[in-house]
Amino acid sequence: MPGKSTAHTYPRHWKRPPLLLTHPFWRKVILLGGLVYLILAIQTIEVDWQRVYLGLERGWRFVQGFLVPDFTSRWNDIYAGLLESLTMTVTSTVAGILVSVPIGIGAARNLAPAPVYLACRGIITVSRSFQEVIIAILLVAMFGFGPFAGFLTLAFATIGFLSKLLAEEIEDCDRSQIEAVRATGASWWQVVNYAVQPQVMPRLVGLSLYRFDINFRESAVIGIVGAGGIGATLNTAIDRYEYDSAGAVLIIIIAIVLVVEYSSSYIRRWVQ
Amino acid sequence: MLKLDKVSKTYKTGDKALHHACFEVPAGQVVGLIGPSGAGKSTLIRCINRLVEPSSGSIQLGDTELTGLNRRELRRARRRIGMIFQEYALVERLTVMENVLSGRLGYLPAWRSYFRKFTGDDIAQAFSLLDKVGLADYADKRADALSGGQRQRVGIARALEQNPELLLVDEPTASLDPKTSRQIMRLIRSACQERNLPAIINIHDVLLAQQFSDRIIGLRAGEIVFDGPPDALTDDVLTTIYGDEDWTQLRGENGSGDQGEDASGVDLMESA
Repeated sequence: MPGKSTAHTYPRHWKRPPLLLTHPFWRKVILLGGLVYLILAIQTIEVDWQRVYLGLERGWRFVQGFLVPDFTSRWNDIYAGLLESLTMTVTSTVAGILVSVPIGIGAARNLAPAPVYLACRGIITVSRSFQEVIIAILLVAMFGFGPFAGFLTLAFATIGFLSKLLAEEIEDCDRSQIEAVRATGASWWQVVNYAVQPQVMPRLVGLSLYRFDINFRESAVIGIVGAGGIGATLNTAIDRYEYDSAGAVLIIIIAIVLVVEYSSSYIRRWVQ
Repeated sequence: MLKLDKVSKTYKTGDKALHHACFEVPAGQVVGLIGPSGAGKSTLIRCINRLVEPSSGSIQLGDTELTGLNRRELRRARRRIGMIFQEYALVERLTVMENVLSGRLGYLPAWRSYFRKFTGDDIAQAFSLLDKVGLADYADKRADALSGGQRQRVGIARALEQNPELLLVDEPTASLDPKTSRQIMRLIRSACQERNLPAIINIHDVLLAQQFSDRIIGLRAGEIVFDGPPDALTDDVLTTIYGDEDWTQLRGENGSGDQGEDASGVDLMESA
């Protein structure tokens, strides 16, 4: 049969050709060079094993404290710090969302005219270029110690995070749905309300909950540089070598993050 | 009713999508617009409601010159033009009712549409249209819970909710099975007859176009190469529009009724 005889002439082996480094010689050179560099780089790292040993001992004491956490002796401090942190988290997340939504819409190329787009992208870039701790140090210097500086820090950081991701979500919207609403003679606001909002709402809710989670964890970090909250309590406990109280604080932080995590995944499924 | 004069569109990339399109559509006439992919069918109908901005030429709907309208006037003109889309373009997370009512957005101030405060007339008309397309019980379902054919019915109801003076239809059956395709075309056709509504239907399927149009316009590489009644669509004309192909099979199936059409290889490929 002609069909059968031609089938034998086709190769029976096929290998995926390299797509990035197609030249065999340069492929070898680049991969080998990378390996040599890695080995050399690792050799330049200086490790002071003496200090690692001492650190391990301190770490062990910390683990011991963590295993027998002391919630009671510093409970008033812990409670006050926790309350402050939660207040900071809730207020900064809400304020951040309120500011982020208009900026996010302005930073979406398919909705905003060029000048608005550039201005909003500028705001986002400024907010995103600094890590929370740096902003907190700055704001603590400006407004003094305490949760107000923390609130401002977290709200500011939320704007960069949420606006950027919201803008990207809006840009990824199904164009045909927007086109269809526009074709009915709807105004810009109506297009946003009827075609864009339904498409991005679940994601916005999800991102807001995720940011709430981040803000709570960050509130512990920026407390260390003086922005109040549970971080300040934690810092004090470690400074006093009260590892059992510090352990209690860490356990509470983990517990709250867990609760937020579980409830946010539940809420996200619910708004889908 | 609708008059196009030397309408041309050249995209920024330099692609000439449309060149000197001239034709008139009287009230109540259903025009089937056929041509190979990339011939400019989609561009042509989008130029009419200016979802695509025509580069030159004049488009008149009734007494209104559509090119050169400012944004506000354009929104008012779009209210008069209903559009039905390929892939339905419903807002998936809105209810069926919201999708149909969005046909009235151009008549409503933004705050009223935000609170879904449509007038009693609008709501009554939406219910009657849903009843007419056979989806009376689906008003409160979310659009993404519907099948393809049902979604396109909602799309038709949305367009008719505008009480349009002209219907633009972009590949209404591209993702539907042959039977549903015919039902959808029949629905569009009867709506046009009932309201003496002119329509331009951009469609791949030559047989459907012949069966449901009063007139066929053939487009090839942005130019109108045929304009005449459906029976004038001979093999030679099809070759002019699409290029060389054996059209006898398509012809043969044409005379033999519904069953034959559904079995036709060409037809199935187009609708699949």
